[in-house]
Amino acid sequence: MALSRRDFLKSTAAASAASAIGMSVPSSLQAKADEAQSGWRWDKAACRFCGTGCGIMMATKEGKIVAVKGDPAAPVNRGLNCIKGYFNAKIMYGADRLKTPLLRMNDKGEFDKQGKFAPVSWERAFDEMEVHIKKALKASGPEGVGVFASGQYTVMEGYAALKMMKGGLRSNAFDPNARHCMASAVVGFYQTFGIDEPSGCYDDIELTDTVVAWGSNMAEMHPILWSRVTDRKLSDPERVKVINISTYRHRTSDLADMEIIFTPNTDLALWNYIAREIVMRDDAEKIIDWDFVKKHIVFAASPVNIGYGMRKDNEKSIKEGKYTPLEMETIQKEMSKVVSATEAPALKPYGYKEGDVMKNEVPLVDGKPEMLKHWEISFEEYKKFLEPYTLDYVASISKGNPDEDIEEFKKKLQTLANLYIEKGRKVVSFWTMGMNQHTRGTWVNTLSYNVHFLLNKQAKPGDGAFSLTGQPSACGTAREVGTFCHRLPADMMVANPQHREITEKAWKIPATTLNPVGNQHIMKIHRDIEDGVIKFAWVNVCNPYQDTASAKHWIKAAREMDNFIVTSDGYPGISAKVSDLILPSAMIYEKWGAYGNAERRTQHWRQQVLPVGDAMSDTWQWVELSKRFKIKEVWGEYTLRNGLKLPSVIEEAKKMGYSEDTTLFDILFANERAKSYKLDANDPIQKGYDNSEGYGDSRNVKGSDGEVFKGYGFFIQKYLFEEYADFGRGHAHDLADFDTYHKVRGLKWPVVDGKETQWRFNAQYDPYAAKATKESGNSHAFYGTLAKALVQGDLMGVKDPTPKPLPNKAKIFARPYMDPPEMPDKEYPVWLSTGRVLEHWHSGTMTMRVPELYRAVPEALCYMHPEDAKRYDVKQGELCWVESRRGKVKARVETRGRNRPSRGLVFVPWFDEKVFINKVCLDATCPQSGQTDFKKCAVKIYKA
Amino acid sequence: MGTTRREFILSTSRAIGLAALGGLVWGAYVDELTANKLMLRPPGALSERDFLRQCIKCGLCVEACPFDTLQLARAGSNKPLGTPYFEPRDVPCYMCPEIPCVPVCPTGALDITKVSTDNKLDINKAQMGVAVVDAKNCVAFWGIQCDACYRACPLLDKAIYLEYSKNERTGKHAFLKPIVDSDYCTGCGLCERACVTQKAAIFVLPREVALGKVGDHYIKGWDSSDDKRVKNAEATTTTTEISKESAIDSLNDTEVLLDD
Repeated sequence: MALSRRDFLKSTAAASAASAIGMSVPSSLQAKADEAQSGWRWDKAACRFCGTGCGIMMATKEGKIVAVKGDPAAPVNRGLNCIKGYFNAKIMYGADRLKTPLLRMNDKGEFDKQGKFAPVSWERAFDEMEVHIKKALKASGPEGVGVFASGQYTVMEGYAALKMMKGGLRSNAFDPNARHCMASAVVGFYQTFGIDEPSGCYDDIELTDTVVAWGSNMAEMHPILWSRVTDRKLSDPERVKVINISTYRHRTSDLADMEIIFTPNTDLALWNYIAREIVMRDDAEKIIDWDFVKKHIVFAASPVNIGYGMRKDNEKSIKEGKYTPLEMETIQKEMSKVVSATEAPALKPYGYKEGDVMKNEVPLVDGKPEMLKHWEISFEEYKKFLEPYTLDYVASISKGNPDEDIEEFKKKLQTLANLYIEKGRKVVSFWTMGMNQHTRGTWVNTLSYNVHFLLNKQAKPGDGAFSLTGQPSACGTAREVGTFCHRLPADMMVANPQHREITEKAWKIPATTLNPVGNQHIMKIHRDIEDGVIKFAWVNVCNPYQDTASAKHWIKAAREMDNFIVTSDGYPGISAKVSDLILPSAMIYEKWGAYGNAERRTQHWRQQVLPVGDAMSDTWQWVELSKRFKIKEVWGEYTLRNGLKLPSVIEEAKKMGYSEDTTLFDILFANERAKSYKLDANDPIQKGYDNSEGYGDSRNVKGSDGEVFKGYGFFIQKYLFEEYADFGRGHAHDLADFDTYHKVRGLKWPVVDGKETQWRFNAQYDPYAAKATKESGNSHAFYGTLAKALVQGDLMGVKDPTPKPLPNKAKIFARPYMDPPEMPDKEYPVWLSTGRVLEHWHSGTMTMRVPELYRAVPEALCYMHPEDAKRYDVKQGELCWVESRRGKVKARVETRGRNRPSRGLVFVPWFDEKVFINKVCLDATCPQSGQTDFKKCAVKIYKA
Repeated sequence: MGTTRREFILSTSRAIGLAALGGLVWGAYVDELTANKLMLRPPGALSERDFLRQCIKCGLCVEACPFDTLQLARAGSNKPLGTPYFEPRDVPCYMCPEIPCVPVCPTGALDITKVSTDNKLDINKAQMGVAVVDAKNCVAFWGIQCDACYRACPLLDKAIYLEYSKNERTGKHAFLKPIVDSDYCTGCGLCERACVTQKAAIFVLPREVALGKVGDHYIKGWDSSDDKRVKNAEATTTTTEISKESAIDSLNDTEVLLDD
């Protein structure tokens, strides 16, 4: 069809104008525009990398992605990208992309754990999975089948995996790498607000006067947001203040008006110091917004002797001696510890003094273990709790640079407190891994809200504590879909019988199918493999054998024990290497998908190209697996480890019209509702785009039955999204419909009456809060429903066990400073912190394959102070050993450059599989959130 | 003016080649001169002219380099044969504090005093070249959050610093542009190596090629450290077209005044 010059101008101008303002154009005009550009097609997508959630446009030519541009219409980035985003077009085309399933086999072609990898068909791959899952179910029940899930799943594949694991196999041993990333933030949200995810949004950056980064190197880890912070600073350099609070100097200090370097873990004390200033000076200066606090806040306390999430001495692998005496030096603190001089003042209100032995235990509620136990206390008790955090005490334990003058440091703390307190000054506190990867991560998250609440500087434009996420869909998939061991969609919990019932009904599975015990978080999955409980584990969109601390244990368990490990991936990373079966996965733009970013923005994209080789999406892999299981094979009775019986639901299933031989595929994925979502080549959303799951595709990949896969025949991605979204609609998690997301540049949920929400809990902006405050006329409603009835007590414990409801209220928690379980000593005199660099994403499986990024940063360096290098006799540019009680790695010494630790701390990023720093790190976690503390352990440094 | 034997041989052989092959080799000869001008020498190297006089092409500096940064120019490479140089896009200078390549130089072509402060080795004093940014092709100047060169710089915030400015197009982002300060840049080329564009948008050139020079007759009134340049300042007689005649001669030349 020939286009006239006038037509050409009209259609291209209309299309670009429309994309610039984020609206859709009539498809006929769009098609003309595509044709006009002849040879390539632009379509919108989301960046593959971090939780910022930049919008991009992908150019496809001859079936391959060839170029990318920042989407000028995307509100987050307005056409810009960082250099990871800049290379989105190259991430799928590394030379060693996995193209076919690979199985460890012997010469006879049988599976052999000691065999070498060799290509097998998809059919054979599913045969092996089926055999080994059934074997694991027989040996250990549903607790024996584990999945390493992901915050990089698309919404749809996370939902498909959740449904199959929890609804099909009745296993809650399903937990994402997001556990390592923001679990502490989640528990902080739950405990404080009763509902997950931030109240604010990125617009806070343009509206605030103060940006305080706590344990967050935004300059490298959230570069596009950092450029917005920079712009805000440039807009009003006198008024706008930027503070960087960290355990070492990094690039976020560049722009900062003030840098506070603190000793690892003492951020707990810093927050409490600010709160103490607010509370103790209130009488004289009228600092607290009492009207707000009285209407919206209760005070709460919780036990302090809760351990550090390490293994306990009654666990199998400990008893079997799999941990060395050196490792046990640290692990024994899980059972009990001696109260140190640094923490004694903070623990005094709890009845401890220096030298006391603190016995750690899981708190009990109604006789049952409950790590999240907390109770209401009076303001007076909270005030008593704050008493110890004087400037002298806090400065003495938290000054992190031994070369800084203590008086200077004290002045900085006072300045910090005064910035928060200043009337009329808007403040945003951002944090990322520093506060989340922390053995008291949940505590420190809740402490941030304390300060903002007392000042009425939360959930308002330009004001609030804001947890930045690391992964592109840690919010959208891991949290909102609920791909955690304890969760179900839309903040529902497996432990809650009503939530299970709602889910069972929605999934059309028998009542009591769902397993109520959800405690196999990601460290527990690794430990259960080491204990021989989990016999089958599947790695999805993550790299748990590189990203988990105490790595040698988990690799040994995978390679040397009787189990079957499967990894689905695009590239051969460490997890693939230690597996028994490797499945080639379609990568991001080779499938339909959606991600949700840190500001609650859901963004969708279409399948842009066909996958490389025989790779297929994770959704397809889960759905194909579901064909291998009949009701009678999975829905019988099981006895869990704790003695609880999962009843047989086979009879119930029959009553629902299923037969014993009905497959999970028929029930979970190819049901009536699913089939109602039609494939339609004329649908403007689908028109002209591949759908490898829907139709199969021109590669004619032979599927799980050995036949060419011809597609499911319905729009499975739309089905999965819509069914999932129904869980949140009407429950303050409202998502728009599938088609809308293909027309806009993402929307921040809750999306009510087509409108997104900028500030949750604020009656002016959030329709749910508006509704809840209709009668009271309050400014806010913290309407989350989790843990919203509290028993009463004081700092020492519960005094009145009658639960008191606290509708629409949030909590301020008394949570003290405590030492981490491992600190530098004579043998291991240096703190080790790990983290990231701008150039690389996570374990580097994608970015280390982009030549430009590889060249820019080809290896992980050990950043240290030049004086420390002298002290440990290691030299700039030469190799040193970094050794802990658990293992050692060689890394090149860097005393210059981007990170400048003070004496006594080294920093090693973890992206480089050749500098395998997680062999050195300690797998201690926040006992409440289960999130590992990758930011602190003790090491020694010596010449390699 | 003394010419070393080797230089004599080298230049003679060129002249012979030129005479024998005429125009065909002329191009190569020009290239070689140009290439020579653009070569990056090891730390402490004398000025190119003096360096070529002193360097005996022994290769000891190349052997001493732990990173294989330094190479010896090979025949046919259009570079003075046997002399050490480096190409930072391939392997930059990692700026070892011990500078192993310099003390081994037997002739002083690599001059230890040029990389020493108070008789102690100081690699930060090296002047191998200077980094230059091609602002049109540097993606940071587009607003992309890159700064890979800045983070790769061993003298970060000195040799390369960031200049912040508002991105008026988006209205809410900032440019973070890398700027080289030639007072500090050693020319190590870690930035050129790290640059993520297809061909590096920041690259190292010899200082003589890349840098301008201001006259010593003007000193910055706002920068007291600039006073040191007065040391080199001297009064010289100036001549322009208008002043080339003696005063008397021009005074006596009145004809031009009446010319039509």
